[in-house]
Amino acid sequence: MTLMQNAITAAPLLSVQGLTKRYGARIGCMGVGFDLYPGEVLGIVGESGSGKSTLLSCLAGHQRPDEGRILFDGADVLAFSEAERRRLLRGDWAYVHQNPRDGLRMGVSAGGNVGERLMAVGARNYAAIRETATDWLGRVEIAADRIDDRPSAFSGGMQQRLQIARNLVTGPRLVFMDEPTGGLDVSVQARLLDLLRGLVRDLGLSVVIVTHDLAVVRLLADRLMVMKSGRVVECGLTDQVLDDPQHAYTQLLVSSVLQV
Amino acid sequence: MTDQAYNFAYLDEQTKRMIRRALLKALAIPGYQVPFASREMPMPYGWGTGGVQVTAACLTPDDRLKVIDQGADDTTNAVSIRRFFQRTAGVETTERTTDATVIQTRHRIPEQPLSEGQILVYQVPIPEPLRFLEPRETETRKMHELEEYGLMHVKLYEDIARHGEIATAYAYPVRVEGRYVMDPSPIPKFDNPKLAGNPAIQLFGAGREARIYAVPPYSDVVSLDFEDHPFIASKADHACDLCGSAGSYLDEVITDDRGTRMFVCSDTDFCASRQAQGHRGRLSPQGATP
Repeated sequence: MTLMQNAITAAPLLSVQGLTKRYGARIGCMGVGFDLYPGEVLGIVGESGSGKSTLLSCLAGHQRPDEGRILFDGADVLAFSEAERRRLLRGDWAYVHQNPRDGLRMGVSAGGNVGERLMAVGARNYAAIRETATDWLGRVEIAADRIDDRPSAFSGGMQQRLQIARNLVTGPRLVFMDEPTGGLDVSVQARLLDLLRGLVRDLGLSVVIVTHDLAVVRLLADRLMVMKSGRVVECGLTDQVLDDPQHAYTQLLVSSVLQV
Repeated sequence: MTDQAYNFAYLDEQTKRMIRRALLKALAIPGYQVPFASREMPMPYGWGTGGVQVTAACLTPDDRLKVIDQGADDTTNAVSIRRFFQRTAGVETTERTTDATVIQTRHRIPEQPLSEGQILVYQVPIPEPLRFLEPRETETRKMHELEEYGLMHVKLYEDIARHGEIATAYAYPVRVEGRYVMDPSPIPKFDNPKLAGNPAIQLFGAGREARIYAVPPYSDVVSLDFEDHPFIASKADHACDLCGSAGSYLDEVITDDRGTRMFVCSDTDFCASRQAQGHRGRLSPQGATP
């Protein structure tokens, strides 16, 4: 209920208009636009090569789009200086990589990984950093006695949970997730999704999640965008799009899911 | 005797000019690593090629040069570099810290406080303090540019998490004039406080990495730490066994195969001048006069 109220009353947290990225003559993504409201989870689905990862990396500032506007909290992100952009990336924004090795420092202990963002924004009290790190490891279901172990000693699922803790520790308002459950087996996936759903709800996060797994968006996303060949072909409430797909490609996508 | 086959101080004048320009820039931006066109020197990398180039660019015929290696005037590195400049520049050399105008050092700052007009030249193996945490040069430059130094504290955090205290004992990172984080070369952290407010000019040369940086006289230099784990300039908890000094940095010397050891000042000039003044340590010859 609060979600709906938020959506009606608040201004969009992230507003994207006409986002286009070309790779030479080829199209990465074309004319993508959407509004993301505080506390909302937006799923982006599509097959490989549909431009969803390009879109996400443009949104998160890893690549510069050729055209379009990205407004975060009303401010034009693309006009930001490098310093402002990087401050955003370690403060208000977070990015969860598909492969936890891309998002973690493998040579640094779990506690150090979680503490890095805190220290990057100026935390200089060891005991306080450690306490926060312990608290966050607990929230992502990693035992407190693993705090001094390196991520290389962790299983794939634990690494992914650690990456999530590392990203959320500074209380970001907007989280980008690139296939967060990719490469995990189904039971671990289910636990991770459960955890993510809890965190998103408790912290009121706004999330843009890219995946090719419809089950993931069914569980997590409030709204859904379906992409094909770099363009958005359909968007709407998740259940509506998945239960009553209008576009031929979405119908194909939904019917391709194996039923067990 | 000066070897006439070489230009004064080995390097040609254009090279010295290039190095001096880098030195001026380094002094203008304290702690900033200035790239320079490092030359091949007649010694292997890791033996002070950076320091030697900086010294060569600073020397004038009137200078008195002192070279120390881990505080000692009589070790291989110090002796060979001193002889190198005796031969190519013909400058006077000394072992006395107070008499020297230029001091090239490997991994120590002399115990004797330096004074205005002196130049201290450090040999630096790896100038980038963030290197072992972030291998990409493009990224570390960006981090310096944007003052993103959180990663440096991650290293200190790891120390405390693993050892219960900040175990980094040498090359302890410092922040110069509230701006650049700098690697003070592998000096023991005991020497870090001497970097700050020092009346001498401190120049750092890294030959292999082709970087020069500097700390101008009376600069503000702060060792990084945590509020609840403050920086401590530690040393071995002993007094020197030869001169009895309790406040100098000590080397531990194993004297037999039964675990007997002695502690002596790493700064040989400091130790010798204290002994000359009549100070005695635990293992000084009984009743002997120097």
